[in-house]
Amino acid sequence: MLLRRETPNLWTLLTPPAVWALHFLFCYVAAAIVCARYPASLDGLRLAIGLATMAALAIIAIAGRQAHRHWGFGSDLPPHDAPTPEDQQHFLGFATLLLCALSAVAVLFGALPALIIAECR
Amino acid sequence: MRVAGSLAPGVFLCACSGPQSALDPAGREASEVATLFWGMLAGAALIWLAVIGAAVFAGRVQKEPIGDRAGLRLILWAGAVIPTLVLAALLAYGLRLMPVLRAGEASLRVHVSGEQYWWRVTYERADGTRIESANELRLPAGRPAEIVLDSADVIHSFWIPALAGKLDMIPGRTNRLVLHPERIGTYRGVCAEFCGRSHAYMAFPVVVLPPQEFEAWLAREAAPAEVPATSTTDTGAFLANGCGGCHAVRGTAASGTIGPDLTHLASRLTLGAGMFANTSENRRRFVAEAETLKPGVRMPSFGALAPAELDAIAAYLGSLR
Ligand code: HEC
Ligand SMILES: [Cu+2]
Repeated sequence: MLLRRETPNLWTLLTPPAVWALHFLFCYVAAAIVCARYPASLDGLRLAIGLATMAALAIIAIAGRQAHRHWGFGSDLPPHDAPTPEDQQHFLGFATLLLCALSAVAVLFGALPALIIAECR
Repeated sequence: MRVAGSLAPGVFLCACSGPQSALDPAGREASEVATLFWGMLAGAALIWLAVIGAAVFAGRVQKEPIGDRAGLRLILWAGAVIPTLVLAALLAYGLRLMPVLRAGEASLRVHVSGEQYWWRVTYERADGTRIESANELRLPAGRPAEIVLDSADVIHSFWIPALAGKLDMIPGRTNRLVLHPERIGTYRGVCAEFCGRSHAYMAFPVVVLPPQEFEAWLAREAAPAEVPATSTTDTGAFLANGCGGCHAVRGTAASGTIGPDLTHLASRLTLGAGMFANTSENRRRFVAEAETLKPGVRMPSFGALAPAELDAIAAYLGSLR
């Protein structure tokens, strides 16, 4: 499982943005379908987007915890560019941590319209 | 330099008012947009000052480098946290505006269809009766009006900067815009999506009237053309040259729907979709040279007609009040 790795790799790096992409797709596709088919009430859509958002944030939080560990809990500062396995670890961990922050913000921004928009128009 | 300095404020002020300015709002949505614009301008100016200030501080005042930790903290706060918070606030503010602007029970519905290069305008009253018009939009002040937008050919975009933001007119799709005109006056709307060679000549006047005046105008617009029966203004030349195949003049045999409805042409402010002042001279010229004046127009030029016949047509058009 990607979320329980001893060492980081490109897959752990890609997990948070992948979650963001899936969440984004889900929100837009779900809203498009609901507005085309059942525009009368948006409550179900809101609930679905809320649950998807919580799930996405939870995965990103776990990925972030793991990335924090891979980074060595910030024991030394970037740029982590020495040609050693340890610096490779720290580099990937730190990059993943930053991507986690970006993805979390993006997921929240993507879900915000569902919270505020009142109707399909 | 001094001349430029004293001219500059004048130039900016000119650009802020007038019939086609989003910064001189006459409707609810345009007011919100203008407020947002000024707020964002002020915020952007503050951020700019802070960034330039930091650069000056780093270059002139404190010449020693700051520590790694402090540098990272600066990047974290000024580069990530604060921009994210500012964007989140703007996003929430903008999203919160949308339902407010779209809502409102409109008693008046106006269908506007974009066609290369003019506007088909149909007023629909609360009882469902429809009134055909073209190339001009009149609205009652202080009442919401629902504008139903579509297109007959390519994508156009409906934009009255003084009243609201723009909305695309897409073939095969119906878009809705609710306008809340608030200030009485005459404004200018434009097509805001490139739609062909005469795109720049696709505009229309917007007249916001006091509600009673609007009702009186709509009643006049609904009536057929009343043409004084004099020899110079009969329908003969108009019908004989096939104008009625494309244009409708209600109350006569002319019932074409390819071109704009001409029933009350002479009472419109402009001619050729906002292109010319609606004078008798321009009407004659438009009929004679439509294809040269407005490239790509779907109306043939009638310049080959005998001058007397053109005069008769122009006089007839001028009588359509
Ligand atoms: C093939 C169809 C066609 C014929 C025939 C035709 N027109 Fe037109 N006419 C149009 C179209 C389309 C427009 C809209 C042009 C534009 O602004 O893009 C137009 C526009 C006009 C306008 C300007 C309307 C406005 O709202 O400003 C006038 C006036 C006019 N035509 C008069 C005439 C007269 C008079 C004749 C006969 C001599 C005539 N037309 C014949 C298609 C036609
Ligand atoms: Cu257009």
